[in-house]
Amino acid sequence: MSEAQPKTIPATDQVDLEAEFKASNIQEVLDKLDRELIGLVPVKTRIREIAALLLVDRLRKRFELTSETPTLHMCFTGNPGTGKTTVAMRMGEILKRLGYVREGHLVTVTRDDLVGQYIGHTAPKTKEVIKKAMGGVLFIDEAYYLYKPENERDYGQESIEILLQVMENNRDDLVVILAGYKDKMDRFFQSNPGMRSRIAHHIDFPDYRPEELVAIAKLMLASQNYHFSAEAEKAFAEYLKLRMKMEHFANARSVRNALDRARLRQANRLFGSKARALTKDDLMTLEAEDVLASRVFREGRLDQDRA
Amino acid sequence: MMTNPGNRLTQGQFSFLPDLTDAQITAQIKWALQHGWAVSVEYTDDPHPRNTYWEMFGNPMFDLKDPAGILMEINNCRKTFPNHYIRVTAFNSTRGTESPAMSFLVNRPKKEPGFGLVRQEVDGRSVRYTIHSYATDKAEMERY
Repeated sequence: MSEAQPKTIPATDQVDLEAEFKASNIQEVLDKLDRELIGLVPVKTRIREIAALLLVDRLRKRFELTSETPTLHMCFTGNPGTGKTTVAMRMGEILKRLGYVREGHLVTVTRDDLVGQYIGHTAPKTKEVIKKAMGGVLFIDEAYYLYKPENERDYGQESIEILLQVMENNRDDLVVILAGYKDKMDRFFQSNPGMRSRIAHHIDFPDYRPEELVAIAKLMLASQNYHFSAEAEKAFAEYLKLRMKMEHFANARSVRNALDRARLRQANRLFGSKARALTKDDLMTLEAEDVLASRVFREGRLDQDRA
Repeated sequence: MMTNPGNRLTQGQFSFLPDLTDAQITAQIKWALQHGWAVSVEYTDDPHPRNTYWEMFGNPMFDLKDPAGILMEINNCRKTFPNHYIRVTAFNSTRGTESPAMSFLVNRPKKEPGFGLVRQEVDGRSVRYTIHSYATDKAEMERY
C-alpha cells in the first residue's frame, strides 16, 4: 500500500527520526510503562524494540521500501504474579498508539471460551472469539490447557489449528498473546511446534526482587489512597523476606493480598480506637502494627521454635 | 420500457449505486459497530420484496469491535453462495427500537432476470396485479 501513502519522498532526502518519534506519542506510552510497572526489564526492553521497529517501518514506507508487516504474536511466560496479564492489558493500548492494531481492545479467554464440548462445537466457538478480538489483542491465559496430550479425542487440537490459521492469514487484524507458566508452556510448544514458530516474541517475566516488591506495594497503596508509615515500610520489607521463603509465593499477587489484609487490620485498629477523633491522615496511613500482626511473623517464629 | 437496466434488485440501502467495494462495506459496518448494533449476514435466492426473512449465514455477531471479522464472514458466505443475494443487516436492540437499522446488499447473482407483472382477472372486469420473480420458477438452488 505504499502508493497510498501521501508523503513519498525522493531517495536522496533525509527523514527526521527524532521528529517522527515525538509525533507518535510513543515516549508517553513508554514513560507510563516505566512509571506504572516496576522492574520487568526484559519486557520493557522488548516493547521498546517493537516500538522502534514499527517506527522505522513507518519511515521506510516513505522511501517506498516495503516490507511485510512484522508478526507481533507473543508468548508471555513466568511465575505466578509476575505481571503477565497486566502487561497484556497494556499491550493493546501500546500497539494502538504505534498504529499496529486498529482498535486496541483486549479479549481475555481461557480454554473454556475456545474449546467446545461436542464434535462441531469447537470451530464456531473459536471463530466467534477470534472475530471479537479482531482489531485488537487476543489474550489466551493458561494457554497450555488447550492441548491435553493424555486425551487423544480432546477438541483442543482443533482450536489450536484454527488459531494457527488465523495467526498466519489475518496478521493485520489481530495479535495473539499466549500466557502461562514456563515449564508448562515449554511442554505445550514441544507438542505444537507450529505454534512456536508462529510466535515471534517469547518474553520471559522474571521474579521480582524484594525491593521491587516494596515499590510495587507502595504503588498499589498510592492508587487506593493509602500509604505506609516509615516503620510500616520497614516492617513490610521484613514481611516480604519471610513470605518469599514460604511456599505458594506469588510475587505481586501475594503483595496485593498482604496489603488487603493489612487494610483490614488497619480498619479494625481504627475501630478499636474510636474514642479519638480521626484525621484524614489516620485513615490513609498503614502503621507497622498492621503489618506485624500478620500470621507470617508468628508462624515464622513458630517454625524457629520447633527447629 | 427499461427503467431499470439490467433488472438490478433495488432493496435496502445503496442498491441504486454501483456495488460497494470491500473497503466501502467495511466503512459501513464500522458505522454500525460504532452504534453498538449487532451485524449479521443473510442470503436468499428468492428476492421478492415481501420475502422479509432471508436465511441467516451463521449467528448474528455481537460484541465485535472491528469490521474485519464480519468481512471474513461475508467472504465465506460469498464463497458458499456465489450466485445468491447476500445482505448485511445491523440490528439495533435499544428498547423501543428493536429493529434493523441498516440493511444493504453485498452480493448479487451474475444475471438478474428481474420481476414480471402478473395480472389476475377477478370479479368481472376487475384486475389484480402482483409481481413475480422470473427466477423463482425454478427450484431452489437452481435459480441463478
